[in-house]
Amino acid sequence: MMDAHEPPALPPQKRFTPRSIAEGLATLLIAAGFIMLMQPFAMVLYTYSFVVLLAGTVLFIVGSKFPG
Amino acid sequence: MSDSTPIQRLADQAAAKTPPRVVKRIRGLSDRAIAWAFITPTILLLLAINIFPLIWTIQLSFTNYRANRPNAEVENVGIQNYERILTDSDIWFAMQATAHFVFWTIALQTLIGFSLAYLIDRKFRGHAFWTTIILIPMMLSPAVVGNFWRFLYQPQIGLFNYIVSFFTGLPPSSFEMLGTVNLAPWSIIIVDTWMWTPYVMLICLAGLRSIPDYIYEAAEVDRASKWRQFWTITIPMAAPFIMLAVLFRGIENFKMFDMVNLLTGGGPGSTTEVASITLKREAFEKWRTGYSSAFAIILFVAVFGLANIYVKALNKVKNR
Repeated sequence: MMDAHEPPALPPQKRFTPRSIAEGLATLLIAAGFIMLMQPFAMVLYTYSFVVLLAGTVLFIVGSKFPG
Repeated sequence: MSDSTPIQRLADQAAAKTPPRVVKRIRGLSDRAIAWAFITPTILLLLAINIFPLIWTIQLSFTNYRANRPNAEVENVGIQNYERILTDSDIWFAMQATAHFVFWTIALQTLIGFSLAYLIDRKFRGHAFWTTIILIPMMLSPAVVGNFWRFLYQPQIGLFNYIVSFFTGLPPSSFEMLGTVNLAPWSIIIVDTWMWTPYVMLICLAGLRSIPDYIYEAAEVDRASKWRQFWTITIPMAAPFIMLAVLFRGIENFKMFDMVNLLTGGGPGSTTEVASITLKREAFEKWRTGYSSAFAIILFVAVFGLANIYVKALNKVKNR
């Protein structure tokens, strides 16, 4: 039985919200773009680094306005 | 009872001296209007200093504009500048030089900074004095630091060469830190680490001081060893702060200019030519303004992306 002094249970929080998914994906893209920009192994990765970085940054700006 | 506190009296005096016309006008403003009146100057300043140059740079990055030929016809070249930068092996090399600098400075500063913070957190006798001494390099101007380290690195009279000579037995004038291809990048890493490790130490110290003592006491009761306490309490709880320091130093070092320019100027050859030095050469030595604007936008997007992650990490630390 529930104790009378026990505080009421908080509503269960969603683990994944649209915002957390978008921000997580954007963070991943930014980190990947940054690594691609500075790596010394393949020129092709360097060439596409800016597109990945830009996609990540735009997704972060848009995603941070999502509910959650 | 009359309300006659000093503040109230001052407010009454101010109200009495305010002309009725002004009083009437202020009373007519809503809270929202007053808020706008306060923030408008800041917004205007931001627009003039930050937003307008940014928009202009974005526009220039799609042209072949040269600032040293203001009367020449400016053509729109589309994304050609971006294509050329992202397929230019010299710029790629500059990005690698930047990566080398950023990686090693962050690794050394985090390691030494956290170790120092861990020692200072022990609160030994005179720890406040040593904290102040350690913080001194951070308070100096980068221009001053760059100049005096140039003297320290002098092969004939520099103290650095003599200290290395004392420990290794090499003749002091047998090596030149700033003029040798292999040593020049490390000379900049040493100076940046010397200057900014105290900053990382301060952030790590804040993280260590935020860990409540009762967690360690509970671990002691459970007979957890000091080693286990370090890996299961100290490191996980200080991790957001360490992350913050890493991100902040990463952003700062990615756009590092002053120290590199003062110490080596990008040389010998282009060994220490980090991204910001390349940008300066393209913009103000070769006068390729459109091209360098595109390069600046690429660097801006990279820093802006990192700054977003930084703000997210900062919020995480704040919510803890």
